[in-house]
This record gives sequence, C-alpha cells and structure tokens, in this order.
Amino acid sequence: MSTVLLQLNNIRQTYGEQVVIHDLSLALRKGDIGCLLGPSGCGKTTALRCIAGFEPVSAGEILLNGVCVSSADFFVPPEQRRIGMVFQDYALFPHLDVAANIGFGLHRLTRAECELRVDELLQVVQLTNVSKKYPHELSGGQQQRVALARALAPKPELLLLDEPFSNLDVSLRERLSMEVREILKDQGITAILVTHDQAEAFAIADEIGVMHQGEIQQWDTAFNLYHRPVNRFVANFVGQGVFLPGRVINAQQVKIELGILTGEIPQPCDSGCTLDVLVRPDDVVHDDASPLQATVIHKAFRGAEILYSLRLADGAKVLALVPSHHNHVIGEKIGIRLEADHIVAFHQSTQ
Amino acid sequence: MTIWRLVPFIAAALVLAPVGVIVSSFFAPASDIWQHLVETTLPLLLINTLWLALGVIVGTALLGISLAWFTAVYEFPGRRFFSWALLLPLAIPAYVTAFVALGLFDFTGPIQTTLRAWLDSDLSWFPDIRSRAGVIIVMTLAFYPYVYLLARNAFLSQGKRSLEVAQSLGFNRKQGFFKVVLPMARPWIAGGIMLVLMETLADFGTVAVFNYNTFTTAIYKAWFSMFSLHAASQLASLLIVIVFVVIVLEQQFRSRMRYAENKRTERAQRIQLTGWHNWLVTGFVLCVLFLAFLLPVTQLCIWAIQSFTPDYDVTRYLEFLWHSLSLSGLAALLICLVVITIVYASRRYPGSAMQYAVRTATIGYALPGTVLAIGVYVPLTWLDGQLSELALRWFQIETGQLIQGTLITMLIAYLIRFMAVSHYPIDGAMQRITHSIDEAALSLGLNGWTMIRKVHVPILKSGIFTAATLVFVDVMKEMPITLMTRPFGWDTLAVRIFEMTSEGQWEQAALPAVTLVLAGLIPIFLFMRQTEK
Repeated sequence: MSTVLLQLNNIRQTYGEQVVIHDLSLALRKGDIGCLLGPSGCGKTTALRCIAGFEPVSAGEILLNGVCVSSADFFVPPEQRRIGMVFQDYALFPHLDVAANIGFGLHRLTRAECELRVDELLQVVQLTNVSKKYPHELSGGQQQRVALARALAPKPELLLLDEPFSNLDVSLRERLSMEVREILKDQGITAILVTHDQAEAFAIADEIGVMHQGEIQQWDTAFNLYHRPVNRFVANFVGQGVFLPGRVINAQQVKIELGILTGEIPQPCDSGCTLDVLVRPDDVVHDDASPLQATVIHKAFRGAEILYSLRLADGAKVLALVPSHHNHVIGEKIGIRLEADHIVAFHQSTQ
Repeated sequence: MTIWRLVPFIAAALVLAPVGVIVSSFFAPASDIWQHLVETTLPLLLINTLWLALGVIVGTALLGISLAWFTAVYEFPGRRFFSWALLLPLAIPAYVTAFVALGLFDFTGPIQTTLRAWLDSDLSWFPDIRSRAGVIIVMTLAFYPYVYLLARNAFLSQGKRSLEVAQSLGFNRKQGFFKVVLPMARPWIAGGIMLVLMETLADFGTVAVFNYNTFTTAIYKAWFSMFSLHAASQLASLLIVIVFVVIVLEQQFRSRMRYAENKRTERAQRIQLTGWHNWLVTGFVLCVLFLAFLLPVTQLCIWAIQSFTPDYDVTRYLEFLWHSLSLSGLAALLICLVVITIVYASRRYPGSAMQYAVRTATIGYALPGTVLAIGVYVPLTWLDGQLSELALRWFQIETGQLIQGTLITMLIAYLIRFMAVSHYPIDGAMQRITHSIDEAALSLGLNGWTMIRKVHVPILKSGIFTAATLVFVDVMKEMPITLMTRPFGWDTLAVRIFEMTSEGQWEQAALPAVTLVLAGLIPIFLFMRQTEK
C-alpha cells in the first residue's frame, strides 16, 4: 500500500453567502489518478482550485504529503505547492512558441538542463516536429498536449486537470484521454481530473468521486460506481438504468416484474417489504425463447448494440442492450430475461 | 452603372492627395524662410517633439497600465465606479485640460496666490507649469485612457488566468505579472501607446497654449505669422515622415493582437485587497481621476459662472455654438454617407484592390490636423485658380474664388481625417449582415430596396448612429483644421477657446470649454452602454 499524497479533510468553501463546497473529504495515493465527476455547478472545479491554492478554504484542511497547505487560517501560496495544472482553456502563452511554453516553468534550471527537459517532454507528448510553432498554429489536440507538457515540465508533486478534454471533438476526446492516462502512468504522476463526462472519467481515472451539491457522494472505482452505487444520485448519474419496484422474498432474494434477483440485499429490509431495484440495460438480456415478453417503444442504434426501450406488461419501462443484429421494429414484442448477479436497491422514500 | 463602386478609390485618392502634395513640397527648392527655419528652430522642434513624445509615452504607459491592472484584477472600494470613471478624461479636449492647468498653477493662478498668502513666501521653489514637464503631465492626464482601455481589455480577458498559470508553474504574483501578464498584454498596450503617440504628434491646441514649440505650432506660425505656405508644407513633410513610421508600427501591433486574442473565460473572482493596500490603490485611482477630470471640470464651471456677468455677450456665444453644431452636423452627415457607400462597395465588390483602397481611406486619422489643413488648402487653391480661369475663358465670367472662403475646404479635410472614426462602427455593423442573411432575405422574397429597408437598415442603424455621434463630437473638438481653413468669420467654440487662451483669458474660454466637455461625454456614455450589454 503506497502512501497518501493528497488528503482533503472536511473542507468547506463559500463564495459570499453561497456555499460552494459543503464538506468534502478525500485521500489520493501517490501514483494514482483520481477524478471528480459531477454535473456542472456541483463544486468540482472549485475543489480543484482550492487544492491548487487559487481559492482559500473556509473550513477543513488540505494536506499534501501530510503537510497542511490550506486551512481556514493557514495558506501556502500556489507557487510554493509544486502542483501543476492543465487549464480548461489551456491558457497557453500566445507570444511564446511551443518549446518556450513548455520550458516556461523551468526557471530554476540552467539553460542546458531546461533544453534537455523540454526535448524530453516534446517526445513524451509527441510534438517534437512542431516545437517552433506558436499556439494559434496548432490543432486543439496539439494545444492540449502542450498544456499537459508545460504542466509536467517542473515535475510537480501533483497534477490537476480541469475539464481537459471539453474543448475537443468527441472522437478526439476518447483517444486523447487514453493517451494522457498512459503518459501520466508512464511518468508516475499523481493527478486529479475534473470532468462532467463519465466516459472520460472511466478512461483515465483509477478512482472517481461523484460530486453533487458540494459533496462527494461516493469515492470509488469505476466498476463499483456502476455496479454498487451507494445512493440514487450516483445510480442515476453514472450509467443508464431504471428503478423497478421489488418485493423482498427472503434474505437473499428480491422479486421484480422481470424475475427474481439473487444476492446480498444492500438495504436492511424484512421479508415482504418493498424496495426500488436498479435495472441496468445490460441486466436485461434478449432471449426469443423467454416467456417474458415486452413491447419495443423506442430504439437507438449504437453500432455494436441497439439500446431498446421496452414496455412491460404492467406498463413499467426498462432498457435493454441487445447485439445489433437483433433488429426489431417499434411495436414488436420481444422475449427478454433478467440476468444480473447482484442487487442494487434503495428504500422507496430515500434519495 | 455602378459608379458608386469607385467611391472607396476616390476616398483613398482624397487621403493620398494631401500626403502627396506635402511630401513633394519637401523636394521643392528651399526658400529663404525655410533656410532660416532650418538654421534657427528646426533642431529645437525636433528635440521638443521627441521629448514630448517620449514623456507622454512613459507617462501614459505607467498610468494606463497600472490603472488597468488594478481595476481588472483587484477588488477595492469604489472599483466598479472607477473602472468607467477613469475614461471620463477622454471627454475633455487636451487643450482644455491644458489651459485649466495653466490657469490653476501659473504664477498668477489661484493655487500659487493662495500658497503665497498662507506661507508668506515668494514660492520660488514652486515648479513652473509652463515647462516641458508641464506639457507632458497635461497630455499624460488627457491621453492615458487610450492605454488604460486597451490594457484593461487585455487584462480582463487573460490577466487573472495567466497569473494562475504562472503561479502553477512556480512564480509568485509579482514575477507572474512581469513575466507573463505584461508580455501577453504587450500588443494591446503597444496599440494604446501608438494611439497616444498619434494624438501627441497631431496635437496643436495643447502645445499652443503652453507656447511649447513643436512641428504643429511651427507649421501654424510659418503659415499665419510668416505667411509662407511653402515653409509650412516643408515642415509638415517632416512631421508626416514621423507619423508614417508610427502608422506602420501601429498596423504591426494590430495584426499581432488578432491572433493573440484569447477566448474570454468566465469572469474569475477578483483578488480582494486588504488593509492599507486597499486604501493606497483607492487613493491612487482617486488622485488620477481628480487631477484628470474632477479638478479641471470644477475649475471650468467656476470660471464659466464667473464669466457670466450681466454684460456677457450671449448672442456671440450662441453664434459660436451654432457654428460648431451646424459644422459638426454637416460633417457627420457627409462622412457617414461616404463611409456607408465605402462599406457597401467593399462588401459588394470585394478584392485586394478594394481592400487597399479602404485601408488607405481610413488611414487619414493619423494625419495631424495642421498637416491636413495645408495638404488640402494647397491643391484646392490651385483648383480654384484653374476653375476661375476656365470660367473666364469659356464663359467670360469673373467668378472670383469658388472654393476658398467656403466650407468645402474644411469639410474635405474633416472627411479625410474622420472617415476612420466612422468606418469602424459602420463596418462592424455591416459585418453582422452575413451573406447568408442576404440569401435568407432573398429566399423569403425580399429584394433590392425592400431588403435594405427591412433587413439592412435595422441592423446598421445603431452602428451608423454611433459613427455619426463620434464624428460629430470629434469635429466639434477639432481645433487646427477649423482654425486654419475656416471661412472668414466662421468662428466655432474651439476657435473661440484658442483665441481666448492665447490671450490668457481663461474665464472667457470656460463656457465654450464646458460645452465641449458636455458634448464629449456623449460618446463615453454610448460606449459604456455598449460594453455593459
């Protein structure tokens, strides 16, 4: 188990009357890539700016390597934190060429050392051939990589990335986010990313914190966020799915319209009580032989799969992800079967 | 027949003609007066102009950049008010600030008089306002808003963010400002300084009040005291060379500004100043505003009231006012019509020749009024002679002077100088009418005049209005062209100010000056309303 590099203990941040971050805690191990994922206005960018030192905290503390850098009455200026940052708009210096942009933060090195480091980084981000160009001559993806290289150049303890791919084409986003992950892992960089795009979060991060209303709802791996969400917000925000009412039969089983789910029931619930059970599109399998029939009410072609919206006999709606060669028309009845190995359920009244 | 497509080329020729006339005069054989000037005053003129330009550049850069930085990035008491109030000095013509400063700080002025009475001393240590430093300070206070406005734009769009980048790379705030923010804002700051430089080189009124000899005053004197149009043209040709260098520099910076433009990010939180820093900044900003606007305006109002004695000749004031208003109105109408035609022509018939024509036509704002006055007067006088000769030969009519003694000379000079002023807003509005808007209108069955009336006019309206206002006010404040080319008896407010201040009668100049300041406030309020949207 490696050591904790960054720790946020119950931080709170207010802007005038408005509380932006309520009570936020997290711990990030050295070498890990963390992500704050949430809808806009959830306070994720503010959290990042608090870590960077651009915003003060009004309560709680931020520890870097076990040393306090921010608390209500103590503050290390951003330039002394050794934290690099990739800004959402990249904020490249338009008056400097690529090499000079990357070398900008290397003011403590000699000229030769600086050149060496810049060359190294140009190779890492594969921009050696454009080192003499100016930012406005580069494509969006290239600008993004210059911003990354510039932040990495001074070998920061921690790298912060603020919505780094939001200005890029969707097609480019996926490729670049994987590339960035490889670079970060290769260089052994600890990093925190802020985004509203879960595909991006899944592609880059080891651990993800889902944020809502200034609090982290769940800090976990992508797998657990999807399969074991701790509350309804996370369940709704991450991935797709619907809630169906279910009746607890015994300590291991819940019955819903689609069938019986077996597994550990996550909420304390006696036999006979009802729960809302999360059914993901991949929990519903198309099976022509199945006696259970549902009507196609909508379909979205996804290439490899088709996402069907289906209406059950009692009127409830479920989603099903079906290999795309099973092409059915709207209004058609198709056979489906429940196939899930665990239960995600919440009490009906809870959030 | 599309004769109107030639209008941009005619306008460009109009701008080039006076430049040609002036420059060619340089190669004309030297007259005795010119010899005399070269031997006696030319070195002084060069030194004076150089020092003045240098001093005003340094002064406006220091004031403009610091004020822009404080109001763009920090939060301090009164910040919102100051950020627009700091533009107010633009409403006061520099020559007005100049004569108020003289009236206030001169040996016989209220400040020295009061101090002498209080301290019971001869005040020999008191700095002489009638000095090079005095002119530089006055012009700095009058022209710093140009640098302020442009630098503030740059700082607002990129200041806080670039400071953060610098900090994330290990620089403190001070290093960040000098290593990142300032270099990034350089094209904007330089653009502002170039405007200041053009104004400084073109200035006639301020240096005339101060009796500080520069090229512009020398040109005036050569013409009106030594009656040598020839020597005046030769002086003007030297000034034009200097101005030309400035124009080239300015165009360079402007093109660099284009690609250096960063996307404006969401307004970042300002840095809250605390404790004595807070009051130091507020105090500094207030001090500038006081010296550059509040003090002169207050003093003007006091003088204006004092001058309003029972035997004050109101009808004469009204006559000056009428001359100013009608002249400005006429000029605004003429210039806007020409510029609208230019803009339409360049839209309808784009091409590189057209582009050059438009750029040439809009470069006249850099030509100092004194230079322009001569450059227009000389060829028109020649034309006048030719016309009357023709009339005599063909129709046996004694026409006398047809052009001289009319408003035509003045209006042409205004046209050349202020086309750029109105081109910017009208062209900006025209850019909003994209070709697809035209096509959309056509596809909806509108064409020709209907399209212009229902689509173009509503879109262009506010741009034309802005343009007309700017020209109107600029012509009203304009001094050297009016002074040098006006028909006999056509005294305007600006001319009145010149005449009264050259005799040291500050109080008599106050009411016309207040009128000009009030007019000058209009474009500032227009500008504020636009930026607040």
